[in-house]
Amino acid sequence: MPLEPAITDVEQLKDKPALAKLLASDSIVVEQVKWDRDELSIWVSRESLVDAVKLLRDSSETQFTFLSDVTCTDWYPSEPRFEVSYHFLSIPRKDRVRLKVKLLGDDAQVDSLFSVFPSCNFFEREVFDLFGVRFHGHPNLARIMMPEDWKGHPLRKDYPVEGYR
Amino acid sequence: MAHMNPTPVLEAGQDKTMVLNMGPQHPSTHGVLRLLLEIDGETIVRIMPDIGYLHTGIEKTCEAKFYQQVVPMTDRIDYLCPMTNNLAYVLAVEKLLGLEIPERAQWIRVLCNELTRINSHLVWLGTGAMDLGAMTVFLYCFREREELLKLFEAVAGQRMMTSYFRVGGVSLEPPLGWFDRVKKFADTFPSKMDEYEGLLTQNPIFVMRTKGVAKITKEDALALGASGPTLRGSGIDFDLRRDMPYSGYDKFKFNVPVKTEGDVYARYQCRIAELRESCKIVQQALAGMPEGSIKADAPKVVLPDREKMKTQMESLIYHFKIVTEGFTVPPGEVYSAIESPRGEMGYYIVSDGTAKPYRVHMRSPSFANLQMLPSMCTGQLLADVVAAIGSIDIVLGDCDR
Repeated sequence: MPLEPAITDVEQLKDKPALAKLLASDSIVVEQVKWDRDELSIWVSRESLVDAVKLLRDSSETQFTFLSDVTCTDWYPSEPRFEVSYHFLSIPRKDRVRLKVKLLGDDAQVDSLFSVFPSCNFFEREVFDLFGVRFHGHPNLARIMMPEDWKGHPLRKDYPVEGYR
Repeated sequence: MAHMNPTPVLEAGQDKTMVLNMGPQHPSTHGVLRLLLEIDGETIVRIMPDIGYLHTGIEKTCEAKFYQQVVPMTDRIDYLCPMTNNLAYVLAVEKLLGLEIPERAQWIRVLCNELTRINSHLVWLGTGAMDLGAMTVFLYCFREREELLKLFEAVAGQRMMTSYFRVGGVSLEPPLGWFDRVKKFADTFPSKMDEYEGLLTQNPIFVMRTKGVAKITKEDALALGASGPTLRGSGIDFDLRRDMPYSGYDKFKFNVPVKTEGDVYARYQCRIAELRESCKIVQQALAGMPEGSIKADAPKVVLPDREKMKTQMESLIYHFKIVTEGFTVPPGEVYSAIESPRGEMGYYIVSDGTAKPYRVHMRSPSFANLQMLPSMCTGQLLADVVAAIGSIDIVLGDCDR
């Protein structure tokens, strides 16, 4: 199965239920979309993330009731530096979608999904610990992998692989 | 779901409760899990899991390696099911590359994968039962596990850190007579299962320690991100092998055991049934094993055969280039998940077009499943915590980054 070029045109992807649902709501800002290797990625604005997640979870056409994973990519030194990705799974529809939020390096904070998905508890703590992205409204945003007094965030690209000596 | 709130650092309440440290080196914490317990007598008031004592730095290390060098690292995440982790990783890279895998390689992968599942569940069964005081089951399980490790050694050269799968196939054709040895194992295994069940399933002490203990409802399990037998034990009928098939799993017939009680006993029953189902898949894979190549036809990605390198200059060049420079992967990102013995094992890989992954993230089932421990144990007795940990089947290597 040779690779097909990624589709980034919103018009061509309108039939995907997750995207259609997000576009239909006027409070949610869809910044960018991508259909690549049979996976749908949707970039939403930082402000509309929680609404978008709630919509995708509760709507009967999408039913993304399972949060598989939360993670982050550091695009240092370009800006916006961080890209937080949320992977959702719809168990009844057997479908996946990826929501993404872009964050600036000096303003790396986003609303926590804890009120919508309690499962993001550990995931968000992990991202906070290893990338330094802050999640507003998380009830216990403490380090989870590293000791409490650890300096720096190890998975950032400007953190050396072998650590500071 | 009030008790779902993660509690900050625990402090003892006024003269009623006390804080107890459990782990990180206690055998029943299955590795290096530290639990902070606030207890009132023997009743759990609050419980906070504290992880991260391994410090493998595995994701960071992956960013400095070539794609094929990450395969041995994946063994070390979940050291009880190395081949499932290999599979999850290579499937993700193959998806990034758009690589087609020959059928024989896929069937060998499924076969090894199910043997690994049996291997992992045996350790769960043995240690979980031993936590509750059943020593004989532990010894029996390790007797069968030894057989499996010998099979792995024969096919991959390693007992535990197998690194048997490659991007594009598997590393070597199984040796002569290996399939017969697997068949012998699979034929006798159901009778061994009867032995374990005879010791546990109706055992009054075991039943009293597990039935109604550490219950979790369907809704809580889903909201807390549980997957695998932990989710199925709570009544959600979902298995990635059946519902979102990968690596040719759609060609196999098997049942997905589901229980609705959501207690330790339900999870036990799910995994016991899964062991038998895995054995069935192994039998099917042996019966229908197709002929053909074990590697994809992609000379720039897959290492050439040893024999070819001795006679063909091109093969030698490809070998040299793959080993020294790696292979490049078109830019993009994938999230590819498989059903590991513990649940959804997902790899999120971002490629920037070079020979090294820009970002590798592991969505490990143990890490997510561990979040349920507070919901399960609040209000239970101290001894039930041990049963609950065993029933989630955590591996701390899997929790670590």
